[in-house]
Amino acid sequence: MTTLTDSSLNATTPILRRGVLVLAGFAVVFAAALLAGGRFGLMLAIGLGFGIVLEGLRFGFAGPWRAMILRRDPAGIWAQLLAIGLVTLVALPMISAGSGELVGAEAPVGFAMIAGAFIFGAAMQVVLGCGSGTLVNAGSGNAVALIALPFFAIGSFAGAYHLIWWTDLGALPIIKFSGWQGVALTLLGLAAIAGLLWKLAPPEHRRLPRRLIIAAVLLAAFAILNLLVAGQPWGVVYGLGLWAAKAASAAGADLSGSAFWSAPGSLDRLKNSILTDYTSLTNIGIVLGAFLVASWRVGGLSQKLPRLPVLAWIAAIVAGFLLGYSSRLAFGCNVGAFFSGISTGSLHGWVWFAAAFAGSIYGVRLRPLLKLEPKP
Amino acid sequence: MTRLVTATIAVLGIAVLIALDASATPPNPYKAPPLLALGSGTAPSGGFCGALPDGAGK
Repeated sequence: MTTLTDSSLNATTPILRRGVLVLAGFAVVFAAALLAGGRFGLMLAIGLGFGIVLEGLRFGFAGPWRAMILRRDPAGIWAQLLAIGLVTLVALPMISAGSGELVGAEAPVGFAMIAGAFIFGAAMQVVLGCGSGTLVNAGSGNAVALIALPFFAIGSFAGAYHLIWWTDLGALPIIKFSGWQGVALTLLGLAAIAGLLWKLAPPEHRRLPRRLIIAAVLLAAFAILNLLVAGQPWGVVYGLGLWAAKAASAAGADLSGSAFWSAPGSLDRLKNSILTDYTSLTNIGIVLGAFLVASWRVGGLSQKLPRLPVLAWIAAIVAGFLLGYSSRLAFGCNVGAFFSGISTGSLHGWVWFAAAFAGSIYGVRLRPLLKLEPKP
Repeated sequence: MTRLVTATIAVLGIAVLIALDASATPPNPYKAPPLLALGSGTAPSGGFCGALPDGAGK
């Protein structure tokens, strides 16, 4: 029997726990600002915002693509397109009008870039986690993502190590859309895809839930803040590769054989703290933000871990590595290439979307074959 | 085993990463750039997944 005292205790415990979580969030931001500087504390806060929105409002990339492929449910992709469109409206004119303080996610389209995006699309369906998704899932206690994450970092380091060799196989010059003309072209493209999805979707799926609209608006706001504070768009994979590169360097590895890691900019970042690297800070924020949300929810972390066979864990390791390696060849993941590339006018973002979606179709088929669907 | 264990491992992993990195390459708040890149008058110099290394591919 529940007594009045028990009920009061049960009600007080979540309030106390949530109070501690809010304080912890502020404390880590304050500590980063104190240790590294105000801009870096602000970037960690933006990362926390990304993590809280992604986990709290269940906004993702891999899941909605899977929903479209399997059930022709376009709601999640519509939300992605809405967020990208909102960022485009603000980011593209600001970058074009600026005096070089802000840059877009500009990268060349090439053979390796297209192949990389295709493989990334397949791998993200295997582990059901993209660049941001793997961080969110790890922070909220998903065991597959936790296993995949370090290999994602190693893959990102290795992909960057070989990047110039792959890019030399053939790539176009960087093609970008700028100014209000760029905004119009990008919004038209996004609307065309949204319309195509509408046509493909059955009537019962032709709706965008309020939760996803709110998430798209908040995500766009944080992405714009990311650009204004860092001077560059939101990205994920560079930071992960940097962590592995720093670990390799600390272990005595010689990185001079890599045109990427021996470049002056890379050497400079290897010598500096990860607390001064923008993508590292937002990545850390995403993991912590997802953890805060999962801890906030009643029973959010009490779910039992799934029982998976050895093959599934091996698949998670291989897919994690491929996510990292392929996203470097593709000049970004769902965040750096798809979200930030399209919203800041880079053609490679559009090509990435097409290639990664094609890869996702195969990845969706691969997942059950690799025993990654949990046993009942 | 529940998600509490794996989520805690993820957060502890991040904490260890920051601690090890900070001990090897301590950050210096006195060298921090202005709060916002916009209006700072300086070009962005952070690493990004879409960027080729300086001088490459040219």
